[in-house]
Amino acid sequence: MSQTGTLMGFVHRRRRGAELFLLVLALMVGIGAYAAVGLGVEGVVPADLVGYGGWLTALIVAAHITVRIVAPYADPVLLPLVAALNGLGLAVIRRLDLTYEAIGLDQHTFARQQLIWMTLGVILFIATLVLLRDHRVLQRFTYTAGLIGIFLLILPFLPLVGREINGARIWINVAGFSFQPGEVAKVLLVIAFAGYLVLHRDALALAGRRVVFIDLPRGRDLGPILAMFGVSMMILVLQNDLGSSLLFFGLFLAMLYVATERPGWLVVGGLLFGAGALAAYTFVGNVQNRFNFWLHPMDHYEDTPGSYQLVEALFGQGWGGLIGRGFGNGFPERVPFAYSDFIISTVGEELGLAAIMAVILCYGLIVERALRIALISRDGFGKLLAVGLGAIVALQVFVVVGGVTGLIPLTGLTTPFLSYGGSSLVANWVIVALLLRVSDQARRPAPRLDPGDDAGADSESTQVVKLR
Amino acid sequence: MNKPIRVVSVFCLVLFLALLVNATYLMYVRADSLSDDPRNRRIITATFSRERGAILVGKEAIARSVPSDDKYKFQRTYSQPYKYAPITGYFSWYGQTGVESSQNAVLAGDDSRLFVTRLVDLLSNSDPKGGNVQLTADAAAQDAAWDGLEALPGNAQGAVVALEPTTGRVLAMASTPTFDPNKLASHDFGAVADLSKELNADPSQPLINRAIGTTLPPGSTFKLVTAAAAIESGNYDADSQVPGGYRFQLPQSTTSVGNYDGGNCGGRRITLTQALQVSCNVTFMSLANELGVDAMADQAEAFGFNDTSLEDLGGQAESLYPRDMDPPQTALSGIGQSSVTATPLQMAMVAAAIANDGDVMRPYVVDEVRAANLSVLDRTDPQNISKAVSSTTAEELTKMMVATVDSGTATPAQIPGVQVAGKTGTAQSTADRPPYAWFVSFAPADDPQVAVAVLVQSSDTSRSEIGGGRLGGPIAKAVMEAVINQ
Repeated sequence: MSQTGTLMGFVHRRRRGAELFLLVLALMVGIGAYAAVGLGVEGVVPADLVGYGGWLTALIVAAHITVRIVAPYADPVLLPLVAALNGLGLAVIRRLDLTYEAIGLDQHTFARQQLIWMTLGVILFIATLVLLRDHRVLQRFTYTAGLIGIFLLILPFLPLVGREINGARIWINVAGFSFQPGEVAKVLLVIAFAGYLVLHRDALALAGRRVVFIDLPRGRDLGPILAMFGVSMMILVLQNDLGSSLLFFGLFLAMLYVATERPGWLVVGGLLFGAGALAAYTFVGNVQNRFNFWLHPMDHYEDTPGSYQLVEALFGQGWGGLIGRGFGNGFPERVPFAYSDFIISTVGEELGLAAIMAVILCYGLIVERALRIALISRDGFGKLLAVGLGAIVALQVFVVVGGVTGLIPLTGLTTPFLSYGGSSLVANWVIVALLLRVSDQARRPAPRLDPGDDAGADSESTQVVKLR
Repeated sequence: MNKPIRVVSVFCLVLFLALLVNATYLMYVRADSLSDDPRNRRIITATFSRERGAILVGKEAIARSVPSDDKYKFQRTYSQPYKYAPITGYFSWYGQTGVESSQNAVLAGDDSRLFVTRLVDLLSNSDPKGGNVQLTADAAAQDAAWDGLEALPGNAQGAVVALEPTTGRVLAMASTPTFDPNKLASHDFGAVADLSKELNADPSQPLINRAIGTTLPPGSTFKLVTAAAAIESGNYDADSQVPGGYRFQLPQSTTSVGNYDGGNCGGRRITLTQALQVSCNVTFMSLANELGVDAMADQAEAFGFNDTSLEDLGGQAESLYPRDMDPPQTALSGIGQSSVTATPLQMAMVAAAIANDGDVMRPYVVDEVRAANLSVLDRTDPQNISKAVSSTTAEELTKMMVATVDSGTATPAQIPGVQVAGKTGTAQSTADRPPYAWFVSFAPADDPQVAVAVLVQSSDTSRSEIGGGRLGGPIAKAVMEAVINQ
């Protein structure tokens, strides 16, 4: 990578102290919010605040210590960001639990389950960092990851394990737990895309013809993009899951563009997506409905299916205003699935525009860190991996937050780290671990090449794999 | 690969900026319109759970929130539900009317004038309390108005409005039949919905505030406007000779119209005062015909017709004097018939303007807005909205109205020891229904403290007893006495 040559003279600092300081702030967000929920809803500081806070602290400290030991040069901002978001999400879910319990709903232990999932997520985060000392190892599993990814996507259709919940067949049932394999599949697919594209980028990048101002790719190279398009459409039509479909295809397009540096792929992809969206709009009633509900939410409030959920979310957020109603003073329970897809409306209603902005900025920073990692990464695979993981977060946040705030048609996706949902939370912690791993590789000082050695062809062709 | 990464970064930046801008739009710009959506249950639930401010008449809270032990923390109660329902309106799960609606922001505690109070509540972590609204209504006058309407035989439909002429303060506003806002404020929403449906379907329209929401031909009370236009034209005064007689031949028509009692008003030529005293139809049709539709409309509009003036209470209907009437219609309009319609409030404004040297004051029902700690946040200032007639014209009209009470059709409004100025009215409706009975008056004539308009739309009184102020006169008298004797 010739671009990184200019960075060779620059040595990144480890900044682990900064990370620790930011983590303290993040914990204050999480534990403070939890205390505020108790105060706001029940009028007392929660009795289990010490136990809860201790548990959260233990998880975060464990993650921090792991980073210190096995990825000392990793980006110092990512972990605090996700710790803050995860902590805030737990508090908001806890707040909803209290109301669900008060009004007599059966399900009101989402927060406890989410904490268990977070624990599992942190364990996987640590495991990923400890076991995977170099992300380039993953390149070996390009096709394995791809196949498993596709398999996971198909899994919900298999009898016995597959389950349909709320009209979307994206769940499997394992030992009493519901799990969305698509959440794991997206990480595997990013690995597969990165591995594939880094190998085939030259063919995809160089061959082609120029039409007007845009280099269009050759027909025979359209294979992968068509295959991915097919997978996306399959998800859309068979699983009735617009959000994931958009996410997978957008993700693939972004990585393809970065790998080939050819805007032509974006044109092809954009056209395909446009055609697909039009077809979906025409033939899939669900898509048409969602589009109409987005354009005229107020007209379909009383309909079934209708825009009740969206309109209630809009009402809630509007009512929240600049600083929100405060925990316990809103009515987020009026919004169906306020604890998962619509958690951002709860944040808006009770914590206001200020908190929504803070949350969006946190996500923005996560994406910014991911793309920065991609910029400074020294290997193509790492770059693509970081871009892909960053794009997952960016697209997912845009699709779900945009949907809940009425910017774009609503599609079902979880809000990373905030929403209740084990599969999503665990997958996102793994994403962060991978990003930290790539950034540790990118930021650590370049291996000292023996100056006496012949600085010619040998040193360039010899790749340094293990750096420690 | 770094160039496309930078492009992707910029693209992501745009995505996040779009999210931020949209969130700001939704939660700041669009928030108000979302809050105003009647389907927004949050607003109503929150106001149900909050200590809503009181509505006060004098020192008495006629509407207040008391702690409730059910799902919502407070229950709205009305101490004199029927009497004040037209002013207070109701506060129900499904919506609000009246002052409950027009002053909702203050009562709910959301008004910007309550900002300091809200800030203190926020910092002290106490539940926000709504502000109080002090009405202009006078308890004694309202009692008199309500008792008078209640005393009418049968299921009378009527309304009374009393104004303070110099300020426009609404001293009394009553309407029958009416409703019990307590029942609509109930937390048993099913029952509220049923009752609401029932009230809406009721042919006697109990939910309508007839004092401001019903427009009917003002009949002979409109002769005050015709007389005002005549005197303002410069060609007449109280003693001018005007045509009397048995019948008036409508222009461009073969129809002729007689007087209410079939008489000749006392001769072929009578004074304007005499014409008003006996409520001579011939005279005022002739005057309206002579003045023309434009002069008449100008005069009517100067008194407040073709507009609404009450700003702090919803549901006001516009009193109409159409400018496109042809000559026969114009002539008929001189006696308050044809297309002329007026609310009781409008006719009270006519009387109040004459009492107030010709100045029309904007009527208002909200006197003061107070914080929960009773500190005054805002006070309504009287506002002069137009000059209906010159003060000399007002004096002439007052003289004529006093004569009408002393020895004319309006004698039922006489108050011993006080000079009263008044005018009766009886408007024709369809043949199978009794006419509408009107009465407008003010007193004392030399120093007016109260102007009243009474409308009796339908009652079980026989046709012959409606005219001559027999229905409205005593009510107007009682209201005026209640104000004067304080």
